[in-house]
Parts: sequence; C-alpha cells; structure tokens
Amino acid sequence: MCGIVGLLLKKPALRSQLGELMVPMLIGMTERGPDSAGLAVFTDPLPAGLRKISVYSGLTEEGSDYNWSAMLDALNTELKVQAKATVKANHAVITFEGAAEPVKAFVKAYGPKLHLLSTGRSIDLYKDIGTPAEVAARYQFSQLQGSHLVGHTRMATESAVTPDRAHPFTAGEDFCLVHNGSLSNPNGVRRMLEPRGIKFETDNDTEAACRFLEWRLREGDTLHNALQKGFEALDGFFTFLMGTSTELALIRDPFACKPAVVAETDDYVAIASEFRSLAHLPDVKHATVFEPAPEEMYVWKA
Amino acid sequence: MESLTFDLSQGGVRPLNQHLHGPAAELTGQHITVVNPDGAHNIAVGLNAPVKVTIDGHAGYYAAGMNKLADVTINGSAGTGVAENMMSGKVHVKGFASNSAGASAHGGLLIIDGDAGLRCGISLKGGDIVVGGSVGSFSGFMAQAGRMVICGNAGDALGDSLYEAVIYVKGEIKSLGADAQLEPLGDSDITALTELLAAAGLNHKPQDFKRVASARSLYHWNADADQTY
Amino acid sequence: MSTEHPITFKRLQREESASFDRSTLDYIHRASNTGLYEIRGLGAKRKLPHFDDLVFLGASLSRYPLEGYREKCSTKTVLGTRFAKKPIVLDTPITVAGMSFGALSANVKEALGLAATAMGTSTTTGDGGMTQEERRSSKTLVYQCLPSRYGFNPDDVRKADAIEVVLGQGAKPGGGGMLLGQKVNPRVAKMRTLPEGVDQRSACRHPDWTGPDDLAIKIQELRELTDWEKPIYVKVGATRVYNDVKLAVHAGADVVVVDGMQGGTAATQTCFIEHVGIPTLAAVRQAVAALEDLDMKGTVQLIVSGGIRTGADVAKALALGADAVAIGQGVLMALGCNRDTYQQGGQQHSAEADYAALGTAPGFCHHCHTGKCPVGVTTQDAVLEKRLEPEWGAKHLKNYLKTLTMELTTLARACGKQDVHHLEPEDLVALTVEAAAMAQVPLAGTSWVPGQTG
Repeated sequence: MCGIVGLLLKKPALRSQLGELMVPMLIGMTERGPDSAGLAVFTDPLPAGLRKISVYSGLTEEGSDYNWSAMLDALNTELKVQAKATVKANHAVITFEGAAEPVKAFVKAYGPKLHLLSTGRSIDLYKDIGTPAEVAARYQFSQLQGSHLVGHTRMATESAVTPDRAHPFTAGEDFCLVHNGSLSNPNGVRRMLEPRGIKFETDNDTEAACRFLEWRLREGDTLHNALQKGFEALDGFFTFLMGTSTELALIRDPFACKPAVVAETDDYVAIASEFRSLAHLPDVKHATVFEPAPEEMYVWKA
Repeated sequence: MESLTFDLSQGGVRPLNQHLHGPAAELTGQHITVVNPDGAHNIAVGLNAPVKVTIDGHAGYYAAGMNKLADVTINGSAGTGVAENMMSGKVHVKGFASNSAGASAHGGLLIIDGDAGLRCGISLKGGDIVVGGSVGSFSGFMAQAGRMVICGNAGDALGDSLYEAVIYVKGEIKSLGADAQLEPLGDSDITALTELLAAAGLNHKPQDFKRVASARSLYHWNADADQTY
Repeated sequence: MSTEHPITFKRLQREESASFDRSTLDYIHRASNTGLYEIRGLGAKRKLPHFDDLVFLGASLSRYPLEGYREKCSTKTVLGTRFAKKPIVLDTPITVAGMSFGALSANVKEALGLAATAMGTSTTTGDGGMTQEERRSSKTLVYQCLPSRYGFNPDDVRKADAIEVVLGQGAKPGGGGMLLGQKVNPRVAKMRTLPEGVDQRSACRHPDWTGPDDLAIKIQELRELTDWEKPIYVKVGATRVYNDVKLAVHAGADVVVVDGMQGGTAATQTCFIEHVGIPTLAAVRQAVAALEDLDMKGTVQLIVSGGIRTGADVAKALALGADAVAIGQGVLMALGCNRDTYQQGGQQHSAEADYAALGTAPGFCHHCHTGKCPVGVTTQDAVLEKRLEPEWGAKHLKNYLKTLTMELTTLARACGKQDVHHLEPEDLVALTVEAAAMAQVPLAGTSWVPGQTG
C-alpha cells in the first residue's frame, strides 16, 4: 500500500532537471508510504557492448563505507570487463563491458550481502528504507538526469520493511515495476514461475507481478500482450507503473481501488497516486489532468 | 457578504476546517475562498452552516465530506469521495471527480461538470448527483435512494444491486449490474430531469435520457426458503 | 436355527460416519432442499482453543497476593490517548461490543446503555445508526463507521464519544453484514433508507476507501470533522492479525479492536462463522506482538473481543496484553438470550413453545436472523420486543458486568496486582499444546513454549 510517481520528459533539453522535478513528487507521497522509497531512472542507453548494474551495500557490515574499489579491482582482474563505479551512499552504479550475467555472478560471490538492484543499459535504481525525503537526500535524487523515471513510497502490508522489499522491483534488463495495492494470488504466480527457472529474492507480492510481466516480455510478448496476460493471471487490487528503456506504462485493475492521476503538458507526462504529488510541476495549472481508466493500458514513449 | 481567504500552502487544512466549524450564526453568509489546495485532503469537511466555499484548484480525498447546508465549489478536479455522505447543501466540481463521488450521500446536490470515476453514487441514500460527463464502472452500486443524472456514458455494472435510487443516463451504458433494468421514462422522470439539469445549468433534453431502476428481484433471496434457513 | 444377528453386525448397521455425521447429513439435505447457504446468528459453535485452556499462576511464596475485596485493585481504563484531545475514561475494562439497532430492538439498546452507564463503561452502535434511546442512556457511546454507512451522519459523529471504523467482524472477516427482511420493520427501514421488509445485504468494503494508505486519509477526515477531539478506533476481524494491527496503527488509529472468530453476528452464512478467521486466543498475542514491534504498546490501546464470557476470560485477555475487552454475545445472554423464560409485567413466562416453533430449544438457539427471538432480544417484532423490558435488562446486564469485574479483580489480586492492567503473560500457563502455541505461554508445569524454546 503505497504511493507511486512517474515522470517522462518529452523535451531532451529538460532531462537535466528530471531529478529536481521529481523529488517533490516523491515527497508528496510520504503519507501513503512512509517506510521506504525507491526510484528507477532511465538515462540515455550506454553504447552497445556496455552494461550497468545498480548495487546496494546497505546490508553489508561496511554499509556506505563499502570498499568498491577493491571489488572493482578483483572484478577487473578476474573478468577483464573494464568496470567502473559511481558511488552514492549505499549505492553504486557499476558500468562494464560484455554480458551482465558473469558480472552479476561475480558480485554475488564476492559480496554475498551486496544486493543487485537492476541491470541494463539505461536503468539506474535506488531504493532504501526511510522517509522519501531521507532517501532522496541520501542519494541526491535532485541531481538525477534522464528521460523518465518510476518512483515509489512504501507502506508495507504483508512483507517486512527492508531495502530489498522496497520498490521498484526489476526483472531482466531495463525493466522495472512499482505497485500500489495488494495482490491476492502472489504465491500461486510465484509457484508457476519458479519451475520455469525464475528466481525470487523476496516474499513481496509486487515481485511476483514484476517477474511475471518480464517473463512474458522475454517470451516474446509485446508489452500490450504481456499486460493483457497480467490482467488474467494476477488477482487482487493494483495500480502498476512500469518503466522500460523507452517507455512508461500504467495499468489499473478492474476495480481501480488504488488511485492514480496523470498530468500532461507539451513538456512532460507526470503520473502519481494523488494530485498532491503533481501540484508543484511547472505550468501544471494548464496541464491536461485526467484519471486513467481501469483495465486500460497507458503507454508513453520517451 | 463577508469574504475570507485561506491559503493552504500556509498552515494546511486544519485552520480552515476549524474556522468552518465555528458558530453557524457567524458563518452564515460568509464566502470563504481556498487558494493553493494542490490536492490536499479533507478540505471543508463536516460543514454545518449555510456558508459558501470556493476551492480554487484541485482537491484531494473527501472534499466537502459529510457536508450539511454549505455551498462548495471546486474550481478544479476532486479526489476520491468528494461530498461523501453529504446530508444537504450543494457541492459543484468544475473539473472531473475521482472514484466514489457522492458515496452514501443522504441529501444535497453534487454536480460534476466533467467525468466521474468508478463507483460514483455508491450506497447513495437520498442525495442527487448530476454528472456532465461519463461515469466509471460500478456506479450507483447498492444505491438505496436518491437520483443520479449521467449526461455522458456509464461503465460496467451500472446500478448493481440497486434499491430505490433511480439513475438517468443520456449516453451509452456499457452494462447494467445485477437487478438493474431499463424502464420507460414517466412524467415524474421528465419533471425530475428538468429540475436536476436546470439546477446543474445543463442544456440537455430530458426526453433523451434512459431510466435505470431496480427490478427488485434481489429484495428477497428466496421468500419460500425463509422459514427453512 | 437362530435368526439373531451377531452383535458386531448390529453395531455396524448403526455406525455413524465421522465425515458424514448427522449434522453434515442435515447440512447436505438442507442445501439440496433450498439451493441457498445457511444463515444464522451468534458465533462459531465448534470447539476451539480458548481462554479456558489457560490458567493463572496465583501467588503463594514467590509472589504475594492481595487481600480480596479489601486491598485496592484498580480497574480504571483509558482508551484513545494517542491523538485524541478527549480520550475515553472507563471504570472497568469490560465494554459492550457494537451491535446494531435492527439486529437488536430499541429496548435492548436502551438496556445496554443504562447498564454500561451504571458500570462506568461504554456501549457501541452498530450497522444501522445511532438511536436516540442508546445515546440518551449511554454516558460513553462509540459510534461505528461501517462499509454500508446505514444511518451514518455527521450529526451523530459529533454526538459520539469515539468513532470506530469497522473493517470486519470476527464472525465474518471479509464479508458484509446481513439483516433479513423479517427484521426490517418501518423504523429500521427508515434509519437505513431501505424499503421495508427487504433482505438487506451490506457491502464488505467501505464505499470510499480501500487499503491502509486510504484509511489514513479517512481517519484524518474523521479527526478534522471532530476537531481532533474524539478517539478513532479501528476494528478488524481476526485473520492476518499481525499485519492488520500494524497497518491500522500506521493509518493513525488511537485504538485497535481485534475480534476473534468466536465473535457473534446477527446473521451470516454459516460457512463464514465456522470457517473464516482465527480464534481470539491466537489473535490477542499477534495483535500485542504487532504493537510491541512498533513500540506502540500503551500508546495505541488494544480491545479484544470474540467469545469473552467470564471474568477469567477478561483477566486472561488482559494478561496477554489487551487493554480492554468488548462483549457481545455474553451481553445478550445476560439479557436472557437462550433462557427458557422471560420476564414481562413482573411475571415469569415460559418461552419454550416459541423456541420449539423455531425448531430449537433454550440453550441451542441461534435464530437471531429470523427476528423471532423468543425472549425479545434480537427482534423487531412488536409483540416479541416487549418481552425485554429495559429496566429488567439493564439490571441483569449490570449484574453480569459487575460479576465479571469482580472476578477480574479477584484473579488480579491473587496474582498480586494492584491494577488489573498489570497482569502479564508470565502469570499464565497453558493446559494444551495448542493453547501454549497460540498464546505463546508455557505448557503448565514446563518451561516449554512451542516455537520458542525448542
């Protein structure tokens, strides 16, 4: 049960302001989700052949003092992938050459308490426990740049308050999802996916939805078809906001109990659980403001 | 008429509501303008006096909730549950309204110029709702009394499990809910529509509306079985 | 030649099936007759782990008892201290649970108010609004805000002493209420804005919010409406208690009410009553654990209900961590529910024939849903409702609540407590493994707590 926000900037000139515009959106959702907050930001894709992973060190003993350079040295010695890191607090974006899997396997083996947040060529992902304002300050969200983002504030329902259970959830590459609501069959979905080789990291219902949709995309479904299958397979109440390297997508279940509102201008599309999070956006008074319909798919291209 | 302005960016809804809960004699005839609402929740809830309130912008959840006597205008959109459980008075949303607009309202008039979300008029208990645009699914769910006028279209399951409330729709009805049925318009319906459309300042022909009311087949599950439960 | 059957054969001929026992056969025959689920009143009838499976460790040499009736033992109970400007102050932690006018007659509601007021405790409205009788007779009245919102209005919100947002009931968590047509008389119909005599089904979800994030806003609305004076209770039916209590606290509740599966109802499907929810015993400890994990014990108060009958039940609920209890069915029984007689005009009258007409007998009746309560408690029938006279009812209920309070203090004194709220889980042990596991207290005579100590 939570607050969700999304922002897509239509004009490349505005991309330097993405973080600055978004922070008040996230903070506006504090009452809906005071436990933890997270954000996936999509940047220009890395050149072909390069990938990046977001890694969280908050669960290690060193925390934000984690010795990333030692890890990079070991990684580059072993896999020779020219890895570099950008570090903020408990978080590092590690950029490297070649496929992601060997690097991810190395990181897991090297630091079992390191938590992999995302993989791709566009996505950087941050999430941590604390109020949205605390998390935003910890990771300097206001300085983030990019074309679009997906953010979330969490009020934990059934699973515990831990950084890995914060949203967004990711699966595969350059895909993330945030959720407001509560699924009523996450365990069945999970039991259907696990024999197909899909591994789960938490008991969170959102992870089940995320892995289900990414699985459909990987199996070749269009986003539209994947979402259609999602309506059939996922039971319960939900508003989902998803990000890919080029799109933001939004769906609500047929009952649409969990709120969502969209404001669109020539400059941006902004999505939030409530208008409170959109009120500060430039020229919002003249934006087209509407409420997304249930069972409709809304997809905006970056 | 005494005019007062409350800026919600300074101090939030608390001082506004506190003022609006003051002695009715002092509030009567006042015109309160609320600026910078910015989607704040619970603006002007629990009013109990013939005071006029204008909210200049978008309101969050439960704007004018449980209103009695007051005349509230929202120059923007309204969040979930606008005018929920209204007893009397008038609430006018100039933009669109989110889910559960006018839920459980016992009286008064709710006007929504734009569209309304799902469950508009759910559990309606006697209030009147006029929607200039369309309404979402499950509108009029279990509505017990009162009237709804929908000038646009209605979503799925309109009027499911209706009791004695009546719904008028000008546009398309995606589907009727259980126990809701279309009925011919009678003279009293034309009178009601004329009155409600005029009150909302809308220029539709009453004859163009369809009447939806309860088939009353769910009033008793099975009368014969009562004694053998 | 003898035609006598061997004795073993004779018994086999009459062997009852454990799976298809006589009540299951009745169930299937009834279902096949009507094509409808069974609806009835009161709570779960099946045997469940309960407070009876716990006993107190009275003081002897290691602890010193207080002298019964002489040495002070406080029962004062304060509810709603977190945000409300005017918390509820009660003389006893035993309150009267929410029961609707509609399910109960106006006379009964008045009797509840009179008795509760005399005892310095609170009563609670129900699904159907506040009657003048109960407001007038109740010093402290908790006003319920339910999914149906029948009879709900801001004037009564302002008249109430506390507001209880009801999400669910122990008898039917996840389900809505019911009131069959026989009980929807003109007054009930008017209060609920329903046609007279319809079978009324209430919604299971609130019309204007879903989930804890929305509930936080709803609670804020009620606070704004009452200028932050009145405590806001949140009542849940006991299922996923740990999470639900935590979320109710997150959403801003002053008081959380947890109703276990033994809790009663005026009418619901039997499949709900017997098959949904967890026993009160298990619910208390989960609720307390949630409050303790949030460091909210003492800040947010816990009221426990669902099958509380005796002073010992109350004492055990308090020892496990409840701040107060709410009683519904026990209160109705004090008013005469399931008695073979009723008192009218100063005379005792037999109700046996009326029970028989319902196909039941005193001691077995659960026919609240029919509106034909032989003793005039759960009825709207003009003749039957006169069988419960408010003064007689109030006197009996007061006696009952007084007995429970005395039993509570007796047990507390025996454990050496000058305040009933000082009872603690360590004052209890369990008689069964099930109760030890659910209540998380040791099995009697051992230090074994299932799941904790091996």
